[in-house]
Amino acid sequence: MSNLQVDENGRLRHFLSIEGLNRQILTDILDTAESFSGITDQHIKKVPLLRGRIIVNLFFESSTRTRTTFELAAKRLSADVLNININASATTKGETLLDTLRNLEAMHCDMFIVRHAESGSAHFIAQHAQPHIRVINAGDGRHSHPTQAMLDMLTIRRHKKDFSKLKVAIVGDILHSRVARSQIQALSILGTSEIRVVAPRTLLPAKVQSLGVHAYTDLKEGIRDADVIIMLRLQQERMQGALLPSSHEYFQLYGLTEEKLSCANKDVIIMHPGPINRGIEMDSQVADGPRSVVLQQVSNGIDVRMAVMSMAMGSINTAETTDPNAPNASKETR
Amino acid sequence: MTAPDNKEVDKLIRNMAENLKGLLSESNIDKPVIIGIHTGGAWVAERLHKILGCGEPMGTLDISFYRDDFTRIGINPQVRPSSLPSNLDDRHVILVDDVLYTGRTIRAALNEIFDYGRPASVLLACLVDRGGRELPIQANVIGQTLRLKPGQQVKLGGPSPLKLIIQETS
Repeated sequence: MSNLQVDENGRLRHFLSIEGLNRQILTDILDTAESFSGITDQHIKKVPLLRGRIIVNLFFESSTRTRTTFELAAKRLSADVLNININASATTKGETLLDTLRNLEAMHCDMFIVRHAESGSAHFIAQHAQPHIRVINAGDGRHSHPTQAMLDMLTIRRHKKDFSKLKVAIVGDILHSRVARSQIQALSILGTSEIRVVAPRTLLPAKVQSLGVHAYTDLKEGIRDADVIIMLRLQQERMQGALLPSSHEYFQLYGLTEEKLSCANKDVIIMHPGPINRGIEMDSQVADGPRSVVLQQVSNGIDVRMAVMSMAMGSINTAETTDPNAPNASKETR
Repeated sequence: MTAPDNKEVDKLIRNMAENLKGLLSESNIDKPVIIGIHTGGAWVAERLHKILGCGEPMGTLDISFYRDDFTRIGINPQVRPSSLPSNLDDRHVILVDDVLYTGRTIRAALNEIFDYGRPASVLLACLVDRGGRELPIQANVIGQTLRLKPGQQVKLGGPSPLKLIIQETS
């Protein structure tokens, strides 16, 4: 999967998963995202980078935040955006996906942002798309949600600077979460010193330690001295699978409250990919409190998505690469 | 052709500042905004800013997102966020770059400036004019004109001391 994501010059081609990318590319994504943050200061809040490109939001699974921020990111880059929501329930995967793909290619689209309930869908599309088309994974099944992970990394870096000194605890449904999987990979590639997962035993993957994390079933233990706490959304449908007794009991044991938070580092930041189930994953007091950076995550999502889109698009005709900013000398004037 | 040494670069910048003062008083401009193009232009702008004694902090511009060759060279992860006064409406801008060549950088910079507002005027000051324009763009103030042989490039090394470097490219 890795070679599909990176071209022969080591540049990002598709963004399908964190897995297979190196620290340099992840850092480039964060740095590029950082450089887009100034655009909101402009009167005209867009740059002409992707003018005339057509970006398709191809969503086979519903989403508000992710789709909206992708759309906003594309518009800030001056691209034209097409939103397509497809109800996947009636379709058989392979054939229909390919058919959809061919149709969109015939409309001269340049980039697909793909969300799908099946793991591997974005990868499948990237494999079969024409070479000039770029694919970004906006969440596939339980597999991966790489832009969410990167916006979380940007949020952490903005607050904590250095990953090598951080204790990060991820709390909630680790087993079913593509977000958690991508976060763990990104944190570990960026050199985080300690990654912990906290969940009831039924929501921990069988060999969770093999991901390079420490597993806890007790919340207070798991967040002790943590610098960053990432709460995951509890999907209501898990309750029906008898994996959890009740949301009330879940909150008693794993819900984040001010009282439990006292175990963590006093500068801890609280993150959540949204949407928050108040009173299940965390108290409103915590969600709206001074340590919560939930809304910053949303804003950072726009910058990260702009970065990923422009990096992937920028690798199209880059056979003749130029020397980017030789040290101690300014750019050539072209 | 040899490049001026660093003492001479400082002298060139002092001359530029004198010429700018003349231009500004001629046009009755008393509070210009100085904006340097990242990176070399910003170094020159910093010195001009000091000599001219403008009260307001200078701005810097990274034109990477406005370049016309994005589809050929892709994005450079070393892009820095531009930092400009948030409102340029009706302001007099002095745009500063190190080397004026094809004029494409200046075209991109002007586009970016106009996304921050509608300035009253823009003056262009460049340390070196090496000719070779591909667009109808001229500087108001130039430190030095250089005539380079084919295959030669001129770069500004810095930030301290500033030094013009002439390189042979194959």
